[in-house]
Amino acid sequence: MSTPLLEVLGLRKHFPLRGGVLPRTRAWVRAVDGVSFDVAPGETLGIVGESGCGKSTLARLILRLIEPDAGVVRFDGEDVRAASPSRMKRLRRDMQLVFQDPYASLNPRLTIEATVAFSLLVHGTPRAEAAERARALLGRVGLDPRLHGQRYAHELSGGQRQRVNIARALVLDPRLLVLDEPVSALDKSVQAQVLNLLQDLKAERALTYVLISHDLNVIEYVSDRVLVMYLGEVVETGTAEALSQSPKHPYTQALFASAPSMDPDRRMDRLPISGDPPNPIDPPSGCRFRTRCPFAMPRCAEVTPPLMPVGTAHAVACYLYEVEPARLA
Amino acid sequence: MAVATALVEAPVLATAPMSYWRTVAWRLGRDRTTLVAGSVLTLIVLSAVLAPWLAPYHPSAGSIRLRLAPVGGPGHILGTDEQGRDMLSRLLWGGRMTLVAGLTPVLVAFVLGSGLGVLAGYVGGVTNTLIMRTMDIFYAFPAVLLAIAISGALGPGLANTLISLSIVFVPRVVRVAESATVQVTGLEYIAAARASGAGVRAIIRHHLLANVLGPILVFSSTQVSLSIILAAGLSFLGLGVTPPAAEWGLMLNTLRQSIYVNALVPALPGLAIFVTSMAFNLLSDGLRDAMEIRG
Repeated sequence: MSTPLLEVLGLRKHFPLRGGVLPRTRAWVRAVDGVSFDVAPGETLGIVGESGCGKSTLARLILRLIEPDAGVVRFDGEDVRAASPSRMKRLRRDMQLVFQDPYASLNPRLTIEATVAFSLLVHGTPRAEAAERARALLGRVGLDPRLHGQRYAHELSGGQRQRVNIARALVLDPRLLVLDEPVSALDKSVQAQVLNLLQDLKAERALTYVLISHDLNVIEYVSDRVLVMYLGEVVETGTAEALSQSPKHPYTQALFASAPSMDPDRRMDRLPISGDPPNPIDPPSGCRFRTRCPFAMPRCAEVTPPLMPVGTAHAVACYLYEVEPARLA
Repeated sequence: MAVATALVEAPVLATAPMSYWRTVAWRLGRDRTTLVAGSVLTLIVLSAVLAPWLAPYHPSAGSIRLRLAPVGGPGHILGTDEQGRDMLSRLLWGGRMTLVAGLTPVLVAFVLGSGLGVLAGYVGGVTNTLIMRTMDIFYAFPAVLLAIAISGALGPGLANTLISLSIVFVPRVVRVAESATVQVTGLEYIAAARASGAGVRAIIRHHLLANVLGPILVFSSTQVSLSIILAAGLSFLGLGVTPPAAEWGLMLNTLRQSIYVNALVPALPGLAIFVTSMAFNLLSDGLRDAMEIRG
């Protein structure tokens, strides 16, 4: 494997919960707890998990929109957290984020063209050139720059807004694009259009994607490798094919079982897990999934299982696979 | 680009695109109540500005023989006050004082309050606590009481009235500005601007202010009528403008003993205060409606 474009090592972010008469920290929300992964250039890494598992926090940590408590983020070998403000500004051109909410992510007082051109102006591009490049990119993402460029966000549909979102992220010519639930707010038919656009753009511009979604169909459709998160931790990682063919972690199995598959051969008999994930404020000891796991053993409550390899580029954090892979199902 | 046009999901409105403020102006122009309130206000402001040329008499010149002449009397179309001064002239001149005393504190509060509120909302943390808790101290007093207390301490006079009313209104605007800022700062387009490498100043200027100044402006405009009433109230209590200057609140005070002699004349300054503050209220209502554009 070539040197990774993005390296994440032991990333951790706990949010304090304050309350009481005299505000003090009463508890910590463990949004992201010791997450590590690599992304190779040109790869698409899918990150999947239920809502509240820390996916969006992870996206913001990678982009350094929030500061992590611990851990390292390296972009092309460079420690992002150690970057000076001026170096950080340069780094931001290389890594961009596409947001989840097509409504809150566009400034209602700026025209579409101004929204896209803003990033260029920040980096000192002359006004006329910035507008020109913004129009060109709007055309590329499937909007008519003459028709939509002078419009405001509220005059556009959800799918059109998400195209603007993508254009804004791409206008700085980034190398890495973090996509935080890029299509989950859109209709199914529009989802497919936007995903196809993302695939085309990736090939055209030699982009590397980190795609965050709760939708396994979306993840499977575009990802080379997949990371499964549960309550701020990685429970399984592997190629998209390995994970869909033979998911190992009971949680991954449940996820695939609950995803409505288009292919009858791939439907599983296993019942999906029930209930909500436990509160990340006070997660279960040991393996965090044990409270919902049908195979929970006493030792699961004691020590958190580490990620253990179960195949080439396939690792799982579950004691069921410690000695030899037990047959499930 | 055939592929591109095929991908466009929704038809685009056929109207020509308008900038936000032009849309607001267009919507204001179609609101009849606002137009009437606006016209009345324009008349009031114009008559106050042009008082030296419009007033038939000097506002302080009176005749002891012509005290409390009735409305519609010869020579004095709106009658005369308890010292025989022409009411029309005094109302015109008084409007200047009342408008200055009513508008200035709100203007000061808009500028200072927006600055402090946006700062507290965007920076957050200790800065926010410091600014907002200080504002809460002023909030602990009812507006009227606070204005009277500060004016009483500073002494009567127009300048002191302006200072005390500004102190009353700044915390109110700060509170609105802060909550609007906190709300907008949490939105993803601010995060997107940060992700693009924009500095704090560029973000505040291009993304934050454009989205918070509207609500702050609407709120401030609702405070104008209150400010006018408070300014008149302070004068009425002898804490504002001092006699013999004409000011509506002060006129109300000096004329109140004449209410049994000639009820209509003392009612005139009250009516002027009522109409002016009502017009400001209706105008700010219209402004709020016109600025509520989805998105």
